[in-house]
Amino acid sequence: MKSSKAILGAGILASMLMMSSSVLAQTVGFSQIGSESGWRAAETTLTQQQAKERGIDLKFADAQQKQENQIKALKSFIAQGVDAILLAPVVATGWDSVLEEAKEAEIPVILLDRMVDSSDDLYLTAVGSDLVHEGSVAGKWLVDELAGKDCNVVELQGTTGSSPAIDRKKGFEEAIAGHANIKLIRSQTGDFTRTKGKEVMESFLKAEDGGKNICALYAHNDDMAVGAIQAIKEAGLKPGEDILVVSIDAVPDIFQAMAAGEANATVELTPNMAGPAFDALAAYMKDGTMPPKFIQTESKLYTQADDPQAVYEQKKDLGY
Amino acid sequence: MPQSEASQPLLRARGVRKVFPGTVALDGVDFSLRAGEVHALLGENGAGKSTLIKCLTGAYRRDDGDILLNGEIIDPKGTIDAQGYGIGTVYQEVNLLPNLTVAENLSLGHQPTRFGMISTRAMNARAREVLSQYGLDIDVGRSLSSYSVAVQQVIAIARAVTLSGKVLILDEPTASLDSHEVEMLFDVIRSLKQRGLGIVFISHFLDQIFTISDRITVLRNGRLVGTEATRDIDRVALVNMMLGRELEQEVRSHGKTHAGPGEARLAFTGFGRKGRIEPFDLTIQAGEVVGVAGLLGSGRTETAEVLFGVAAHDSGEARRGDGTVLRLTSPREAIAAGFGFCPEDRKTDGVIADLTVRENIALALQARIGWMRRIPDREQKAMANDYIRKLDIRTPDAEKPVGLLSGGNQQKVMLARWLVTNPSFLILDEPTRGIDVGAHAEIIRLIEELCAQGMSLLVISSELDELVAYSHRVLVVRDRRHVAELSGGEITTDNMVRAIAAPEKEAVA
Amino acid sequence: MNGLVLFSRRIWPQLLTLAVIVGLISVMFPGFFDISIANGRLYGSPIDILNRGAPVALLAIGMTLVIATRGIDLSVGAVMAICGAVSAWGITEGYGLFPTLAMALSAGLACGLWNGVLVALLGIQPIVATLILMVAGRGIAQLITEGAILTFNHEGLIFFGSGSVWAIPTPVIIGVLTGAIVTLIVRRSALGMLIEAIGINLRASTLAGVNTRVLLIAVYMTSGFCAALAGIIAAADIRGADANNAGLWLELDAILAVVVGGTSLLGGRFSLIASLIGALIIQAVNTGILLSGFPPEFNLIIKAVIILIILVLQSPTMRTVLVFFSSDKAAGIDSEKQKETVAP
Repeated sequence: MKSSKAILGAGILASMLMMSSSVLAQTVGFSQIGSESGWRAAETTLTQQQAKERGIDLKFADAQQKQENQIKALKSFIAQGVDAILLAPVVATGWDSVLEEAKEAEIPVILLDRMVDSSDDLYLTAVGSDLVHEGSVAGKWLVDELAGKDCNVVELQGTTGSSPAIDRKKGFEEAIAGHANIKLIRSQTGDFTRTKGKEVMESFLKAEDGGKNICALYAHNDDMAVGAIQAIKEAGLKPGEDILVVSIDAVPDIFQAMAAGEANATVELTPNMAGPAFDALAAYMKDGTMPPKFIQTESKLYTQADDPQAVYEQKKDLGY
Repeated sequence: MPQSEASQPLLRARGVRKVFPGTVALDGVDFSLRAGEVHALLGENGAGKSTLIKCLTGAYRRDDGDILLNGEIIDPKGTIDAQGYGIGTVYQEVNLLPNLTVAENLSLGHQPTRFGMISTRAMNARAREVLSQYGLDIDVGRSLSSYSVAVQQVIAIARAVTLSGKVLILDEPTASLDSHEVEMLFDVIRSLKQRGLGIVFISHFLDQIFTISDRITVLRNGRLVGTEATRDIDRVALVNMMLGRELEQEVRSHGKTHAGPGEARLAFTGFGRKGRIEPFDLTIQAGEVVGVAGLLGSGRTETAEVLFGVAAHDSGEARRGDGTVLRLTSPREAIAAGFGFCPEDRKTDGVIADLTVRENIALALQARIGWMRRIPDREQKAMANDYIRKLDIRTPDAEKPVGLLSGGNQQKVMLARWLVTNPSFLILDEPTRGIDVGAHAEIIRLIEELCAQGMSLLVISSELDELVAYSHRVLVVRDRRHVAELSGGEITTDNMVRAIAAPEKEAVA
Repeated sequence: MNGLVLFSRRIWPQLLTLAVIVGLISVMFPGFFDISIANGRLYGSPIDILNRGAPVALLAIGMTLVIATRGIDLSVGAVMAICGAVSAWGITEGYGLFPTLAMALSAGLACGLWNGVLVALLGIQPIVATLILMVAGRGIAQLITEGAILTFNHEGLIFFGSGSVWAIPTPVIIGVLTGAIVTLIVRRSALGMLIEAIGINLRASTLAGVNTRVLLIAVYMTSGFCAALAGIIAAADIRGADANNAGLWLELDAILAVVVGGTSLLGGRFSLIASLIGALIIQAVNTGILLSGFPPEFNLIIKAVIILIILVLQSPTMRTVLVFFSSDKAAGIDSEKQKETVAP
């Protein structure tokens, strides 16, 4: 108890010193979950890029999927007296005490990409995408694309029970509700992976008359779509024409598939969470403007019309 | 103590019998323990000591016989149940929890509680009080593992006595203690004796048994040899009881005069390994049987293991008769040099239980010629059937898993395994233990045959009459040293017993 | 002849189980046996079972040998990821097909050597020794792929995942060939018996002169090699190395395949064929679930229940009960039928 107070004291002292030295050259701590996916790696790259552009000194800590590492990182950021903390929390619970420490040290915390279960006065704001919205953007695209034609859709879900799987399914179903021409005929989990996406698509094709019965595929992420596209090709069908493919995430590989005409649309889950976060932070630092408690990033729709090859070139070096 | 002679025994076993598949482990054994006595239980491996203990404490279900406590028949269902009757057991491997504190170990399962919580203070106080009775003044709050084995042993005893309180069974408690620690343990045992406990003491150290015990019971091959008051018996008589001379079969006078200094086949000089067996010299001639006599733990098995490279020697060297040096640091090298070894513990070291008789017989030869050149099935079968016939192995066919055979037949399979490799030097460790009388005689006949064919054998046995029957020379091993070598007419059970028993004076010869 | 009878007696429970499961699927999904040729490759659900089952079948080959020595290899899933990563890296770096394959297979052998040394020379318990690589292996794979899915478009490498020879998918051919070659080596040489001896009684085998250390290392290296093959197939299948997900949890499926195949986790007697059938049983269950159209929330429950039923039916207690209830005549007919199925 004593020692944490001492650290706290030192933290406050240090942060005061830092603030007095310069308001512009901010120091921001970033506790990242890890690098479990390409998207996560791209988020890290973009956060670092954004910080560099703004002249922010970014202290990066990789937690390797462990909450205790994140708590340690946060405590050390507080002790170092950073001006703000970006946190991509690995789990939702268990953050109260460390967030309170940050609050006492008057260090604003911004959550990236995922939420925590703590009271919302413990953090400045949360930046993230709306998963339900992503699903509905994908659904809306399909509705518009079909323009009333009959269509049997198969769905590759994410990992059963995960919130992206639940919410992206929900958004898509909301969007196609009321359109009697669109029917969701099969839905199975592909665990967000290419291998399972391919395997499950193979079984969909077998089960639905060699695929002749399927008009569109909705995949909860691009990786599963990439796997499924291969399965469709191996079954002797043309993905993108015989079977429409729409998915979510907008990772580089799907743009290649789109450029080849094998995928039709993807909804971007932007890895640039840091940009809006830094903007909100700058406004708050400047004149105390309180941002909203949730900043929703744009869920941009890309189609074959958006020069997928160019987007691919632009995205491929982000670390996806 | 004449009055205690008259009074009824504290604990008594009457006609206890226990049969395991293939062997009779206990055959109508009687045993009695008085209050206030230390009763030593003695016998070689497989004599039935631990089986008797396990029957007394209910760890084994006995097949026949009664257990009486204070004259009343009891039927303990297991170690815990036996504790309830007042019978506590302490094993060689201390059976406590090393990570808990001394006090916790002492009171485990019976912790004093306050408001439903364990009261550490009360527990520690009680532990200190208990241990002070044993002359131990230690920090009971420290973990058990921070104390020496001897102290742990005393703590284990204290726990057993606290929980039971009438009979204490000590199964080889001194095996890993030094002489000072043994003294400390003996003080504890004496004070418990004063308090009127009956103590069963198992050990194979004769010195200790003569120091601490009041009476001695000797078991052999699952039978009771006898019970004697310690003051009425001397070492020689005791070794005689253990290794025995009353034999089921007639003892042939051997008349094996050694054919002069024949050609030496193998010569070991200064061969030994620290902590196992002190360096020894040994020359073995073609067609010679060298017997090894000694008590359990004396270094006889260790001699075999060092020779065969199981525990590689760290001193001395081995040469062939022609003077070439042999490398013997692993069983593979020993086998390549033409050695074979039938270990004492057939189950754990010998047969591969789930493999068939055929595979077990082919194993060593196959391992020697390498995995690539598989011995064709037909040859394996021929080989197996040949030895099934020659050694009279009782099995329906060669494809039966060897684990289903009786002990004697397993032993013959082991012999067959080595005989197919055509070894020049065969080491047999207790080849006749735990097998029935018929097989026993056959194996002895086989040893003689092999030797007549020019094979050299080293045979370890606790059956001294057996050694007399087939050995040209006998090594006597005591305290991990080769202490005597008998040859020709010197080979008599009396001489061997004397050499084994002699505590100070050197070999009789 | 005697050998054949023994052999069929050994694997009939597995064959029967597979037949029952395939039968159930075809009842639920009548088009199951429709096999056609698409893109010059056999196409149909039974082919899917063979094709998708190939990686687990390959892992099961190595795992069977390891388990026969009373060991276990938890690292095979991670080794798949490493070798998939190595092959994707090699091909994208332009090393050419054969050097790339050689590198990937060597990586598998090296992983096996590592496990084998820990187990055989340092005496670490197999479950702990292989756990090290199971945990660290994905990290190594991620280092190679630099955290992303490393994709490639080299037709030669892709052939191993989605190519075909005489219309038979390449993974199936690799699986069958590996199974046949390993079975031949193990049973035509003395390796099989020596491995079983080690598994039943390591000390007694050492005392009989069996070179237990070398054999143990060789067995773990075989497992690593099989995992490398499976890793190459998995990467070629999706034209990319996914360090996070390639082979994830497949070690458990491989162990399950061995157990369903009737080899005891306590080591000793083993049957590679039975393990291969075990792998097909597991894949048939997986494919059946996918074809059934049940919501994915039921996948794991259905799989668990089916596996439970299989294991209960194969348990020694159950066999005793079955023998008790079935007359000798019925049993005789049964085994006659089985002989016919196996003979060709």
